[in-house]
Amino acid sequence: MSLLSDTVVHARQLTKRFGDFTAVGGIDFSISRGEFFGFLGPNGAGKTSTMRMVACMSPRSDGELLVRGMDPAHHGPEIRSGIGLVPQEDALDTELTVLDNLLLYGRYFGLPRKVVRERAHALLAFAQLEDRAGAKVDALSGGMRRRLVIARALISRPELVILDEPTTGLDPQARHLVWERLYQLKQQGVTLILTTHYMDEAEQLCDRLVVMDRGQIAAEGAPRALIAKYSSREVLELRLEAADRPRALGVLREHAERVEELTDRLCCYGDDGDRLLELVQHAGVRPQGVLVRRGSLEDVFLRLTGRSLVD
Amino acid sequence: MADALAAPSAPLARPRALSWRALRFWCFRWSRTWRSTLAGNVVYPLVYLAAIGIGLGHLVNHHLAADHGAGTIGGVSYLAFVTPGILAASMMQIAVHEATYPVMGAIRWDYAYLGQLASPLRIGDIVFGHLGFIGVRALFASSFFLAVAAAFGALSSPEAIVGVPIAIVVALAFGAPVAAFAVTRDNDSAFSSIQRLGVVPLFLFSGCFFPIGELPEVLRVLAVCTPLYQGVVLERACSLGTLGAPENLAHGAYLLVMATGGFLVARRTYQHRLAR
Repeated sequence: MSLLSDTVVHARQLTKRFGDFTAVGGIDFSISRGEFFGFLGPNGAGKTSTMRMVACMSPRSDGELLVRGMDPAHHGPEIRSGIGLVPQEDALDTELTVLDNLLLYGRYFGLPRKVVRERAHALLAFAQLEDRAGAKVDALSGGMRRRLVIARALISRPELVILDEPTTGLDPQARHLVWERLYQLKQQGVTLILTTHYMDEAEQLCDRLVVMDRGQIAAEGAPRALIAKYSSREVLELRLEAADRPRALGVLREHAERVEELTDRLCCYGDDGDRLLELVQHAGVRPQGVLVRRGSLEDVFLRLTGRSLVD
Repeated sequence: MADALAAPSAPLARPRALSWRALRFWCFRWSRTWRSTLAGNVVYPLVYLAAIGIGLGHLVNHHLAADHGAGTIGGVSYLAFVTPGILAASMMQIAVHEATYPVMGAIRWDYAYLGQLASPLRIGDIVFGHLGFIGVRALFASSFFLAVAAAFGALSSPEAIVGVPIAIVVALAFGAPVAAFAVTRDNDSAFSSIQRLGVVPLFLFSGCFFPIGELPEVLRVLAVCTPLYQGVVLERACSLGTLGAPENLAHGAYLLVMATGGFLVARRTYQHRLAR
């Protein structure tokens, strides 16, 4: 029990089926209090289905699930009263003002009018929307709307906040402001779950994450650990004349940890990208384009889930 | 601010309270947007009352007097005859409208149901909230309509006040099953068919504007079976002060079964659609 009391989400063989289709095929994970946990994966990997089960909005088909120490099948309302959800869609009421959206939402949680009002003003400040309190949601920019959705999810002071692609479609400034706010929440001890398509976002924010593919967990760990395990410290990307390819490949296969041949370039994984480049040049190859960069979560993602498009 | 965010979450109130929170949402929202509903809920029924009840009624009474020696239908003026019919019909219209486009909106456009699903509310609360709101709309619209009808002298009994709760039942008898259907739709294309094939024929042939005895036998039997006819008969009984007649129990039961059955089916279809 002492172990579980620090576990906010505990899933064993968690499964979601829609008729014959298995969206989530028996996955195990647990999320500790105060952790920032990520779910990565291509479209259709089962991330959103998992989120919906954890948010107690959709029943599981099989397996075990405990959220905040309770079973969603029996304690949905109690569990949800401590969860804040930031859905993919800007699920805001566009006919109402910014402040009304917060007030109205807070009332679902049975909070007294006065308390909701106080919290709403504090959250507007948190979301940098104080001067927009009386504006219609229609008039807000995409970034403002996202911040408002996040503020709204916090009105019940949840211990667990679930964010489904919170920064999709935002410009860099708006994304960074959202990241800053999420980091602030983490520092205050809130447990956060994030799904995202932006690898840099997951790398920056998440303490730990899982990569999902076709309803399964393909890998789990801290971002740096995953990069060390599935990618490499550095990556050398080379664009070459077709005639130079065989010679370069010969050298690289000998010295790099792994070489990936793409139609337009070669990706060479190793500890030292500059050294690999020297070796290639030494063999008389003159690359048309060169990029040496750090290994990233994107490399991990592409390696685990493949490069083919998922539509 | 720091401790404001990290403090423990709110305790959960009694489960019963959850349903009221859903209803309160729709009412609060309406309190900010009610002006846009005025035309459909208040103005149109009164326009009908004036144009048909008073305008056309004048002509009808005149003809009846010429043909039968008395300018009445079953002993009442045409205005008194048609007023409860218009009331019941407008309850149907308000309910069907509220149970179609706003239901689709709450799923796909403003995601109101999504917000509710992520809150402590349960599916039953979400259904109760939206249907309850249809009842609230019926309460306001019927009260206002009856007040104006009384001022026109269209009501001949104080029992007419019972027309308000009956109007709510009529609205729910339509709203509940229509919402149960609407939530299963992926878009709003079926809703105009409900209007064309359901609302309009019922409006014209359920005894709102003329006694169904005027219809050919087949249509008359059909009309008697429609839900709106039950509502029209009951509202008419209220405004004429004949609610005590025993057959009214059957009309009331018909509507209550539709409302309750609709609610139960809606709980299932909402569950299926929203919490898959």
